[in-house]
Amino acid sequence: MRKNLRQMRLGAAALVMAGAFGAAVHGAPAGTERVVEIAVKKFEYIPSEITLKKGEPVRLELTSLDRLHGFDLPDLGVRVDVKPDETVTVHVTPTKTGQFVFHCDIFCGDGHEDLQGVITVTD
Amino acid sequence: MMEFSRKEFLKLAGIGGVVFASGLGHVARAAGPGAQQDFHFVQLSDSHWGFTGAKANPEAATTLPKAVARVNALTEQPDFILFTGDLTHTTDDPKERRRRMAEFRDIVKELKVKDIRFIPGEHDASLDKGEAYKEFFGETHYNFDHKGIHFVALDNVSDPGANLGDEQLAWLDADLKKLDKTQPIVVFTHRPLFDLMPSWDWATRDGAKAIDLLMPYQNVTVFYGHIHQENHQKTGHIEHHAATSLIFPLPAPGSQPKREPVLWNPEAPFKGLGFRTVEAEKKGGFEIYQEPVVKA
Repeated sequence: MRKNLRQMRLGAAALVMAGAFGAAVHGAPAGTERVVEIAVKKFEYIPSEITLKKGEPVRLELTSLDRLHGFDLPDLGVRVDVKPDETVTVHVTPTKTGQFVFHCDIFCGDGHEDLQGVITVTD
Repeated sequence: MMEFSRKEFLKLAGIGGVVFASGLGHVARAAGPGAQQDFHFVQLSDSHWGFTGAKANPEAATTLPKAVARVNALTEQPDFILFTGDLTHTTDDPKERRRRMAEFRDIVKELKVKDIRFIPGEHDASLDKGEAYKEFFGETHYNFDHKGIHFVALDNVSDPGANLGDEQLAWLDADLKKLDKTQPIVVFTHRPLFDLMPSWDWATRDGAKAIDLLMPYQNVTVFYGHIHQENHQKTGHIEHHAATSLIFPLPAPGSQPKREPVLWNPEAPFKGLGFRTVEAEKKGGFEIYQEPVVKA
């Protein structure tokens, strides 16, 4: 998976997300962030269940394997478009524990409603 | 079983301004506008014609025709019928999409009432930006007036990202500016205009802009679909009433981690499926009656 994802990265967009989910970590020293790669395709996030630690800086790297999808984590104020052949990066530091559902918010076909996952933040 | 008209039933039950459930359906009193004269309309929603999923609805091919028959059997026929989206279940195949729309159109042609107003759901319109839908059912946003009430159809699905978009919002703004602030207004749309449950995609991304435009008007009521269940909420003084579907129910917002169809119960077939009749009253307000697909 890692190899495939990297091969598809023809471009990259770095985003800084702030909000309920966590403080922005723009400019964090290299190597201090944990990287979580998330692939999305009809109709699955890979992985669909992610566990993070409260207070730990994380870099989510999202890539679509087929078409335009969304990555919407509304309870935590995170949403981005995920385009084919492009990696979108989201920097986050979880500041609260719990389970947070993310889903595709760009209708993508029969099965769109199944395209969802859960981030669990633990102490 | 003896049939009562809606007004007769209201009189017998001695209600008004209350919510209750009975064998005749669920009734909700909605504050709102006054019509020039009493009338009623029917709201049908989310038939998902073409859906195949036996665990959720093994009677998918008969549910819509049964609903049509139930509407035709109403003691008092409505002035018109609103169909609030997801007429068909989505498909990647444009030819199959049109075949489903043609079949749906042929089924609803059997309705006695010929004045039917459609809007699309994301299953109808999001994969081709409404192209096929328009071929069969016309424009995706429009307005009309009926007996003193101004009706506005809004399209929050042709954009797959669930936006109304600046162009449609400008159209809405221009339409509303022609109206007196006391004008009774009914909006019908597919998705909720407010953030009912964004993590389940039960929202319109720029719906707050539409609500802001509507807020200065004193008598605004919104009827929508999408969430496959009754739901009644307010944003300020604006009421929002979600309708049941004609394919499968969905769980109450936030009642479980993930949004999944409520499975078919062989002991109670068609449970949770139905449509509603809405009585607009001269004195103001609406009476909303929930009707099952199959009478108990």
